[in-house]
Amino acid sequence: MEKIPIIKVGDTLLVSIQTDLQDQVAMAMQSDLLSKIETTSARGVIIDISVVDIVDSFLGRVLSDTASMARIMNAVVVVVGIQPSVAITLVELGLELKQIPTALNVERGLLLLREKLGGSDGRADAAGSEALGGDEEIARNGHG
Amino acid sequence: MVTVSRSTRLSIANEIDLVRARQEVRVQAQALGFSLVDQTRITTAVSELIRNMMKYAGGGTMDLEAVRNGVRAGLRIICVDKGPGIPDIGLAMKEGYSTSNGLGYGLPGTKRLVDEFDIWSEVGKGTRVTISKWR
Ligand SMILES: Nc1ncnc2c1ncn2[C@@H]1O[C@H](COP(=O)(O)OP(=O)(O)OP(=O)(O)O)[C@@H](O)[C@H]1O
Ligand SMILES: [Mg+2]
Repeated sequence: MEKIPIIKVGDTLLVSIQTDLQDQVAMAMQSDLLSKIETTSARGVIIDISVVDIVDSFLGRVLSDTASMARIMNAVVVVVGIQPSVAITLVELGLELKQIPTALNVERGLLLLREKLGGSDGRADAAGSEALGGDEEIARNGHG
Repeated sequence: MVTVSRSTRLSIANEIDLVRARQEVRVQAQALGFSLVDQTRITTAVSELIRNMMKYAGGGTMDLEAVRNGVRAGLRIICVDKGPGIPDIGLAMKEGYSTSNGLGYGLPGTKRLVDEFDIWSEVGKGTRVTISKWR
């Protein structure tokens, strides 16, 4: 079975999910990530889904479960790179993933993490909330 | 009148079939000139229907049809299984209703993603869901 690499950058873990992911691979990613959070004491996780062209109820659930589990382990997950067409479809499907912080790209995600983890960089604040608002905007305007 | 210009049948038993079915639907939606958002809507709808077939009926078949209604082109997908069937379709179509501890968004969400949605089911016989999306 293929495996999704998890890269450690500073105190952040970076996961890039490929497209056409098999369910087992997604589940393995979830448990690998939780072990990595434990062994590295990472506080922040970025899950990049920019090349994922569909998120159905299964993958949506894996993402939100992963975020909840990480939270229990005192780490924050930010999902980045959701394609506009995926965001629109998720909202129409009824899975808004409201409880998961999102950002437009890895760079914005890192700023959002810094903000959430109590960094001192003032710019992080603006970038984070703007990225969140931006995703919603796309989802609403693109309907139809 | 709706005419079928091309039809492909895939049998669905496992996750690999699911991935293949999604790819096939995406390719055909693309070929018919659907927008990226519509391609994503159709592919996601199919993913939900196939997941239901696998979860509740252990698999089934998917017919993917390129259809035409006058000048309009579209895609029609028919998912058929010989599983246990659905005792109360009204309930199954309700948001949040699930017999498997799921989110219960699969069927009602799928209906929102497509232009036409038809479900037939009989306990002990199986379930058939037909969806269409028009360009
Ligand atoms: N092909 C099928 N055969 C038998 N029962 C089905 C089938 N598809 C759906 N159902 C029934 O309808 C219910 C609702 O289906 P739906 O897809 O909306 O939600 P779910 O599968 O329970 O959860 P989710 O799709 O959100 O993970 C299911 O829980 C199941 O009882
Ligand atoms: Mg379902």
